[in-house]
Amino acid sequence: MFGLNKRDAGLLLVVAGLALFAPFLLNPFPTDSAMAQFNAGYPDLMQRFVIFGVFAVGFNLLFGLTGYLSFGHAAFLGIGSYSAVWMFKLLGYNILPGMILSVVVSAVFALMIGYISLRRSGIYFSILTLAFAQMLFAIAYSDLIGRFFGTPITNGETGLQVYTSDPQFFHSENLPDIPHIFGQKMQSTYTLDVGAWSFDFNFGYYFCALILIAAFYLAIRIFRSPFGLMLRAVKSNQQRMNYTGLNTRPYTLAVFVISGMYAGLAGGLMASMDPLAGAERMQWTASGEVVLMTILGGAGTLIGPILGAGFIKYFENIFAKINDNVLHSWFSFMPDGLENLMVALVHPFVGKGWHLTLGLLFMLVVIFLPGGLVEGGQRIAQRLRGKKAAEKATDTSKTPAE
Amino acid sequence: MAILEVKNVGKRFGGLQALGDVNLNVEENTCHAIIGPNGAGKSTLLNCLVGKLIPDTGSVMFDGQSVLGRKPYEINQMGISRVFQTPEIFSDLTVMENMLIPCFAKRDGAFRMHAIGSIEKDQDIVGKAEQMLIDMNLIDKREMQSSSMSRGDKRRLEIAMCLAQEPRLLLLDEPTAGMARADTNNTIDLLKQIKDERDITIAIIEHDMHVVFSLSDRITVLAQGTPLVEDTPDKIKGHPKVREAYLGESQDAA
Repeated sequence: MFGLNKRDAGLLLVVAGLALFAPFLLNPFPTDSAMAQFNAGYPDLMQRFVIFGVFAVGFNLLFGLTGYLSFGHAAFLGIGSYSAVWMFKLLGYNILPGMILSVVVSAVFALMIGYISLRRSGIYFSILTLAFAQMLFAIAYSDLIGRFFGTPITNGETGLQVYTSDPQFFHSENLPDIPHIFGQKMQSTYTLDVGAWSFDFNFGYYFCALILIAAFYLAIRIFRSPFGLMLRAVKSNQQRMNYTGLNTRPYTLAVFVISGMYAGLAGGLMASMDPLAGAERMQWTASGEVVLMTILGGAGTLIGPILGAGFIKYFENIFAKINDNVLHSWFSFMPDGLENLMVALVHPFVGKGWHLTLGLLFMLVVIFLPGGLVEGGQRIAQRLRGKKAAEKATDTSKTPAE
Repeated sequence: MAILEVKNVGKRFGGLQALGDVNLNVEENTCHAIIGPNGAGKSTLLNCLVGKLIPDTGSVMFDGQSVLGRKPYEINQMGISRVFQTPEIFSDLTVMENMLIPCFAKRDGAFRMHAIGSIEKDQDIVGKAEQMLIDMNLIDKREMQSSSMSRGDKRRLEIAMCLAQEPRLLLLDEPTAGMARADTNNTIDLLKQIKDERDITIAIIEHDMHVVFSLSDRITVLAQGTPLVEDTPDKIKGHPKVREAYLGESQDAA
């Protein structure tokens, strides 16, 4: 199917299914139940799941295939966002020009940063990319270029946003004053109520989901292509590559640019969902986040980065919401002293402490499942299959006796 | 005609003159061995041929073109393939994938952006890689991860990868180092077969005299960075200077 073998086509269908049915899958609990706070099926969060999915899938093309660990990928995310918002300001709220420009501009930046950084490998490459990203962050945060030209370019701390005084050449009265695509608003949401459940279908989310599916499909094709094979060869043995008549530099630069374009696309999507671009999107913590997502999900695997992105974003948004009041209501069935003790014990791990839980989980995964969540899934599948196979074996041994 | 001409090559590392004044001609379609005691400069010479090192003086011509100043991948694309002392293969990849890479490199050159093509549908390349695996008796290990193979098989794969590029000159850096006797003999047989069946020139650096004498047509003895003598294997065996510099030690010990 689409030039994919059976397994890859299956994987694509799984991702497509997860993305398209996310409004149901993420809202398993009735709206008024105590568990409703674990529901993640609201448009804002679902958009973030898939946007970071795109980001992580692109990052994995670089890190998973070639082993080059970029620690400055958030720079491209921010550049994508700024580019998109600039298109909103100049042309209007139709997101297509913004999306295109965000990919193009981030590709240009990736070409420049990659050209220099890829002269080194290993930790030196990571440090170079980190340095470039922090430089760009500092430039954006202080709006250095804007001050030089006398007009805001990144608008510093405030962040770049659209004002009514902006030109917006293609804007007309009958078009909405928020991001849209040919008049269809990104914000528009249809809510389906089924009994106690309620599901939100958001246009912006589905737009992002389609882009994720397309981005994932392209990533599979790259993984299975001769180009992808060369990238894995780069990771495995550069010496042999050089002595096999292959120039590693253009291969790594090409994938660095592709990966930067994925990040730019994700940044453009972010701005399309919420027409704001701030410098904090480019900070090193954001670069670190995508590294965590990829490793947690399984670097070098196809679906891992998407799982990792979903996992981390879920934690960030859901665990962070659990405060002491919620904890008290959970443990209210216990005697008072015990209730307070339990709340005190759980408290450091939830709410603002969600980073602690995530950190512990990350450690556990890296130590026990170096292949990430994907390896965990494979092990479970193997166990189950092993059991089934064992049962079958006993079955067949029984049959001849009867 | 000499396919490889090394003229007055010298290389100095700080205070050490690794190569003095090396002159060497490798004739087309022969097997030329370079022997010499440890520290004689054999590996330095080899590294100068493949672009890993640039000699301080002299010239290296391959097929009438200078290789000096070219990058290893460019020299490889000119037609020189190298087998390393410890097999350098893509150990994270399967045997078949290892085999595909040189086939692509031969056809598509040093870089080709082939990012959404399917490997399986590239019948030419897959066919060529499979044929090479059949020729080299590796076809039953096709899907094996190459790091889990025996040392002998890794060497076999590395040689197969070099041959898939159809090089005009194959450089072997101690191809049997650290191998068991049986593996060594297998490798000798393999190299003999390659020499007989293909239009290929082989230059080999080796410690193992058994390997050298069973393969080579000509031998250059290197000592302290300069060639001592160059002659046929039979004459080298009896040469007094060689005995003194190299073979003599082991005969005295015996």
